[in-house]
Amino acid sequence: MIFKRINGPLAHLVEHHTFNVGVAGSSPARLILSMPRYEIIPHTADIGIKAYGTNLSEVFKNTAYAMFDIIADLDGLTKSVEQPIEAEAANREELLVAWLGELLYNFYTKQIIFFDFKIEELSDTRLKAQAFGRHIGENRNRLKTEIKAVTYHELKIQEKEGKFTATVIFDV
Amino acid sequence: MSDTWAGALEKIDDYRWRIPKLYKQGMRVPGIIYADEEMIKAIRSDKAPEQVANVAFLPGIVNYSLGMPDIHWGFGFPIGGVAATDVDAGGVVSPGGVGYDISCGVRLVKTNLKEHDVKPKIKDLVYGLFNNVPAGVGSKGDIRVNEAEERQLLVEGAGWVIKKGYGKQEDLEYTEERGAVKGANPDAVSDRAYERGKQQSGTLGSGNHFLEIQVIDQIYDEEAAGVFGLEAGQVTLMIHSGSRGLGYQICDDYTQGMIKCLQKYNINVPDRQLACAPVNSPEGQAYLGAMRCAANYAWANRQCLMFLARRVFETVFGVGPKDLGMDLIYDVAHNIAKLEKYSIDGKEKTLCVHRKGATRAFPPGHTDLPVRYKKIGQPVIIPGDMGRNSYLLVGTKKAEETFYSACHGAGRMMSRTAAIQKCRGRSIKGELEKKGILVMSTGRETLAEEAPEAYKDVNEVVNVVHNAGISKRVCRMRPLGVIKG
Repeated sequence: MIFKRINGPLAHLVEHHTFNVGVAGSSPARLILSMPRYEIIPHTADIGIKAYGTNLSEVFKNTAYAMFDIIADLDGLTKSVEQPIEAEAANREELLVAWLGELLYNFYTKQIIFFDFKIEELSDTRLKAQAFGRHIGENRNRLKTEIKAVTYHELKIQEKEGKFTATVIFDV
Repeated sequence: MSDTWAGALEKIDDYRWRIPKLYKQGMRVPGIIYADEEMIKAIRSDKAPEQVANVAFLPGIVNYSLGMPDIHWGFGFPIGGVAATDVDAGGVVSPGGVGYDISCGVRLVKTNLKEHDVKPKIKDLVYGLFNNVPAGVGSKGDIRVNEAEERQLLVEGAGWVIKKGYGKQEDLEYTEERGAVKGANPDAVSDRAYERGKQQSGTLGSGNHFLEIQVIDQIYDEEAAGVFGLEAGQVTLMIHSGSRGLGYQICDDYTQGMIKCLQKYNINVPDRQLACAPVNSPEGQAYLGAMRCAANYAWANRQCLMFLARRVFETVFGVGPKDLGMDLIYDVAHNIAKLEKYSIDGKEKTLCVHRKGATRAFPPGHTDLPVRYKKIGQPVIIPGDMGRNSYLLVGTKKAEETFYSACHGAGRMMSRTAAIQKCRGRSIKGELEKKGILVMSTGRETLAEEAPEAYKDVNEVVNVVHNAGISKRVCRMRPLGVIKG
């Protein structure tokens, strides 16, 4: 299995990974470093990810981050634009696809690379959020992979001992 | 690579393997995979066979769920999958059975040039194509249309762009459906799909999409090659692209909508990505109307790409189009659903044939073939990876057993991430240059992702198709220069 760790300042990781996975004797700092926001899972033709979070909102944010980390090199990008995002679906898994689909649509039509997200409202069927990013403009060389769409294949959100895991496969 | 698939695969003959209907409760027909003894081992190592079994759940599916030898794990349908449903018996259409890149396909263009004409100019050609054909993630084309024009383009396809000057009328004769399938309904296309499609006519895309300058290195069927006007040593151009953002958005819109249809029409499928609706339902008709718009857009797009490429060749060689002889051999889609008539148990039936990563392969004499190809059958264009070969084949009568379908390429063997990992520290560009292949790409990791070893050997895949008799080899090409997105 290929394992992808997130680059970026430690402070950023601390902000997003303050969860307790119940390993006795481990210091929070060590836990934070050992827990990535997401990892790539193997798929023959496309790209799959597993994203993690201590709550639903965090796993939604980390899945979105993972998608843009596949699309572009996010390291060192600073935000300059903000985009409100709303999504609705029949259940939380389909809502995750709808959320990622909204972001992808905005990426292509407004040409914005998103890498930070604030979830304002989240239920199993509705989401309201702000997405922050930067216009592609002079960042064209940061682009890596064209994600055509977010698929429903093997789509899962699992909750175990206070830890959420989302599995999503992208068509690339 | 994932765990080995442990389900039953019964050997029918040297090139066919059956997944029995009893493998999984809910399968309406058995699955059949075309492969040889060696290849089936690789096929077992990912989830493609399970997906062949899942497709057999589709209401109205006829005879069997099929896997071509380039089959690999997709989503919903496998890539390299074929399924036909009986329209008048509640047969369904599934956007997942076409894929996001609707009407992704290939066109093959001949030239009057020989390898020795092109070799000294290969850098000019490759750089020229690279600079003049927009490619890569989020690229925009020079060919801009307003909304009213885009609606026309979606109905008239390649013919519309030819009217605007991007090619010649006779190109249509050699394009599947003459570049525009009937029944396209621009009202079934969402505003979002329009928005994504508007800026992308005449763009190549990225990933495995490419333009390739090739030389014919082997002829297998002199007669058919003669009809195509092809001989050994001759240079050809191959274009692989699709319907870009327009198609992705249409598939996305309708997959989302059809998940709701599963309940409405009481359909049981084991994967949401197999969401579908009866062909004869408002949802099924709306999807087909929108899908045909994307198909027409894709034929228009490949027409524009060929126009841009012809112009580069004319500039580099300083001669007119007549001298270059850059005539279209054929353009065929490999991600599409088509209504076609077949005789099933002695009765003529209209089937909705889904080809997802599979090429239509009509036999000699078929009414839809250009007059010139009536005697030899439909050209079946099979691109391989950028380091090995590509093929031109023709359809056969025997391919009736696959609803006139054949493979569509080499088929991936290694995930993109695994390929990048494996190629770390290597120069794929340098390795290919040593083999006499000049490659350029926009994407930073495209060359590693698309490394030849990430794919099955197309020669073996084509062997199976040829030996199983579902298409016949005409000639083989070898790459000289490649542009990747």
